[in-house]
Amino acid sequence: MRTVKSAFKIAGGVHPEYRKELARGKAIEEMPVPMTLAVSMSQHLGAPAKCIVKAGDYVRRGQLLGEKAGFISACVRAPADGLVKAVEQRPGATGALAAHVVLDTAAPAPDGAPPPPRFEPLDWRSTDPAALLARIEEAGMCGMGGAGFPTAVKLSPPPGKRCEYFIVNGAECEPYLTADFRVMVERADRIRAGVEIARKILGSPAVRIAVESNKPEAIAALEKAFAGIDGNVEIVVLPVRYPHGSEKHQIYATVGRVVPEPPALPIDAGCVVENVGTVAALADAVEKGEMPVSRVTTVTGEAVAEPKNVLAPCGTLYSDLVAFCGGMKEPPAKVVSGGPMMGFAVPDLSVSTTKTTSGLLLLPKERTFQYTAGPCINCGRCVDACPMRLDGREICRAMESGDAAAAEKLHVMSCIECGACSFGCPAYRPITQSCRRAKAVIRARAAAEKAKAAAAAKEVGKA
Amino acid sequence: MKPKDESRHWLLSSSPHVHARTGVRGIMLDVILALLPATAAGFWFFGMDAVFTVAVCVSTCVATEALCRMAMKRESTVGDLSAVVTGLLLALNLPAGIPLHLAAMGSVFAIAVAKQAFGGIGMNPFNPALAARAFMLISFTGPMTTWRAPLARGAEATTCATPLASMKTMFGAGAAADAGGALPSVWDMFIGNMPGCIGEVSAAALLAGAAYLLWRKVISWHIPVAFVVSAAAYSAVAGGAAPHVQILSGGLLIGAFFMATDYATSPVTRTGKLVFGAGCGLLCMLIRQFGQYPEGCSFAILVMNAFTPLIDRWTRRKPFGAK
Repeated sequence: MRTVKSAFKIAGGVHPEYRKELARGKAIEEMPVPMTLAVSMSQHLGAPAKCIVKAGDYVRRGQLLGEKAGFISACVRAPADGLVKAVEQRPGATGALAAHVVLDTAAPAPDGAPPPPRFEPLDWRSTDPAALLARIEEAGMCGMGGAGFPTAVKLSPPPGKRCEYFIVNGAECEPYLTADFRVMVERADRIRAGVEIARKILGSPAVRIAVESNKPEAIAALEKAFAGIDGNVEIVVLPVRYPHGSEKHQIYATVGRVVPEPPALPIDAGCVVENVGTVAALADAVEKGEMPVSRVTTVTGEAVAEPKNVLAPCGTLYSDLVAFCGGMKEPPAKVVSGGPMMGFAVPDLSVSTTKTTSGLLLLPKERTFQYTAGPCINCGRCVDACPMRLDGREICRAMESGDAAAAEKLHVMSCIECGACSFGCPAYRPITQSCRRAKAVIRARAAAEKAKAAAAAKEVGKA
Repeated sequence: MKPKDESRHWLLSSSPHVHARTGVRGIMLDVILALLPATAAGFWFFGMDAVFTVAVCVSTCVATEALCRMAMKRESTVGDLSAVVTGLLLALNLPAGIPLHLAAMGSVFAIAVAKQAFGGIGMNPFNPALAARAFMLISFTGPMTTWRAPLARGAEATTCATPLASMKTMFGAGAAADAGGALPSVWDMFIGNMPGCIGEVSAAALLAGAAYLLWRKVISWHIPVAFVVSAAAYSAVAGGAAPHVQILSGGLLIGAFFMATDYATSPVTRTGKLVFGAGCGLLCMLIRQFGQYPEGCSFAILVMNAFTPLIDRWTRRKPFGAK
């Protein structure tokens, strides 16, 4: 095990004001289970879980609420004991509606209610990889970095593809957020256990742990926890630059490999990337039989009375999180689920946390901005800032005239929506938003064409 | 805590939710600051005539911008200060003592024809100040090439040769020695004690401003360095005045750092910027050697402006991960 400096410089990137000092010194604090939980069936990337409980059911912590519903999907388990008050459509952080199981955790357990399900602790050394993978799948684990890719899918490379590098993402390049930082400082031993389990499942790849240089305490804690580990393991210290946490850029910065254009995945470059929080949770699921039904969320921003890193059940209402942090010090101008560069603005605090809620930001007026887009002055800041080397200025112009086809020619599908372009645009143009819209339009068109082709094929079949 | 009430006013928009907070106005303000040393040097060397020229150009540009936007029924863009930059750049590219009505006419052309007719800030294919200068040079060749000796305060404007006019004859073998005596010393050329346009004479002041722009990351080094290096390389090969004399004369430095780097009219990629800068330097020297006018910097940049969209297309980068 050794610590090395990153040898590869990513293209573009920006340096937002980090503001991590608000919460970086706050140890992870476990929040008491709130009275009401709203547990989303769509906490991960892919098909939402299929809800298998109904109003009136009494559920136990760890009990299945939703079943995995497809290849890229994950199951959802109850974060606490409680009575199912309703199964209803509610908006998630993105505003999209999803089925939520609303739990009343104060309701007493009815007589004869079954005990909470128990998951046997497994010794990873003596358990075969398939059984380890089965545990991860039954835990409903998904990436906790933000995208929420189902972990069991990620850890089973398709036939013919081999994982040569297992990369642990501890970059946490989003400003304000400190949840991953606290996990690295306080739970480095769990990260080590998770790394050893993932390594066993993936067939002993080399391990790289990527941390940005502004987290020396995390690097020290990891060095201590990983001391004496055998095999090819390195902590790679990345210079501070947003977006080092992006999977593709992290792979390049740590091992110098390039993931081809979408739909290629990191495994096509021989890499699997998992967030530090996911790796630690994976260790708990295997070694302790603890289901990943809670996570650390950084509740921060200048408008929060006491910024904290809160360990809360997945399904906690944002209003309960804010109340646990002392409420609001001043009225926020914007409330963001996630980080300020990629998070989602929410209209109110009735949204609940999921496995991917890394932060809840309450930004006062002077920290955020409301823009009126001006004409592009062609300064090229967006082009210089784009880590994917796209021409944001042209994509934005194309989408202004509704020309998604032109945007597609400009490789907009490669856009990772990191926000670096809009961040620096002196004309406050909605560049990231244009890319997002272009991608949505192109995807919708492709889906429509596919459906049309399928219908045509059916017609041919009939004739 | 009253989240319910406050929530009615929360902003809802697409990420990112934070911004670098440098706006167009901030950038223009930086350019104006960076031009102040050269402006001050112009005032020092050419006196009140220079002050009047700057005042007329800036105020006419701002007024024209306001009137154009009103006539087009569009929101005013005076606040972005780009018209101030255009006015200042135009004035700095005019000879001191130019009749003020001509300066005003050039300013109207810069804003109304070269900028607003194309849709305003960011839309103009040619640098407005340079387009106006070219228009004036062609239309009023006499006053535009009547140079006044520096520090000749109170004296009548006299027609005296700029170093470039002296150097025109120097290309080719043998002639250098003849004209050598007509050139100011390198030190005078560096500080600006020579005939020329108001803002172009003092290399020292221009470089100070350029350093500020580079430090503030308003411009990158690519265009100016490619410009200067290609001009120097050309003159080293073509003979005539020494490369450093060519660089210190005429509008080359103000052109390389302040005119060729105009965002709207120059390419955005690094490769594109290098191609653009090199093209400017080369064309500038070709015009200086073979053209009708002694100075070719403005025309060189204007010609390269026309190539900007093409250069941008040719130098578009492949996305990260693309084959």
